[in-house]
Amino acid sequence: MGMEKNMSMKNDMNAGRDLPAERSNTMENRKTIRKWFWVWDFEKEENWLNEMALNGWVLENIGYCTYHFVRCEPGEYTVRLEMHPYDEAYIQFMQDTGAEYLGRMMMWIYFRKRASEGSFDLFSDIDSRISHLDKIGKMLSMIGGANLLIGIVNVFNPSRVGWINLLVATLLMYGLGRIHGKKESLEKERQLHE
Amino acid sequence: MADSIALTESTYYILLSLISPQHGYGIMQQVEQMSGGRVRLAAGTLYGALNTLCDKGWIILLPSEDGSRRKEYKLTEKGKNILIQEVNRLRELADNGERILKEV
Repeated sequence: MGMEKNMSMKNDMNAGRDLPAERSNTMENRKTIRKWFWVWDFEKEENWLNEMALNGWVLENIGYCTYHFVRCEPGEYTVRLEMHPYDEAYIQFMQDTGAEYLGRMMMWIYFRKRASEGSFDLFSDIDSRISHLDKIGKMLSMIGGANLLIGIVNVFNPSRVGWINLLVATLLMYGLGRIHGKKESLEKERQLHE
Repeated sequence: MADSIALTESTYYILLSLISPQHGYGIMQQVEQMSGGRVRLAAGTLYGALNTLCDKGWIILLPSEDGSRRKEYKLTEKGKNILIQEVNRLRELADNGERILKEV
């Protein structure tokens, strides 16, 4: 089906401690940054994580709106993230190709791989990028639709809580539009080449 | 979907590399080697393609051998026929291209 939407947010606020360049103990070799990313900005999130790696901090673990980094050689790692339903076999498959599984946050999974072991991408053709966007879109439209429904049911409720659901639904529909736009431009490209 | 449709480059090379049994990472390496480094399958793309190809019955998952946690796949007869059709289609494309460009 052609509708995709996205929703999902990844968060972050900023609790990052900035440490001096010299690190002698483990505390100083690690840092935690709180940061928020909207789901439809997953590419921005991935770029940020790779910039961190270029600056000598590679993602090691992930929590709610929280990124845990450890010191690395600048550019030692490539980091990738993807929305993927829970699938043990997939993680095993990725590990067999030399990728390291870092963890999961909601529906998103995070990997890293040493640059010395070759280039690291999750998708190598337009079709698989489109189907990834489809997955994100489906999730957004499901959650957005549920909020819309709850919002409409509750909007005449004296407590007025329904408005919150309607706001959330609006936001998710916006995200859905963003994902749909990305998908459309890929589909245009797809008409000319793979 | 009709089976006579053009294969994607990824699908074509995955099928070719499964003439003999192969696990995922082996497929990635073999495809890269066959194409002289031009085609690099990413793991997520490959994983999705393998599942789809299994569903279509063009390849099968081999029963895992003792001690090996890596899944191996192999081309089926059906898959082999698809490949033969595709090679014929590609030959037609290449032949026409060469012939017309030669006349220029």
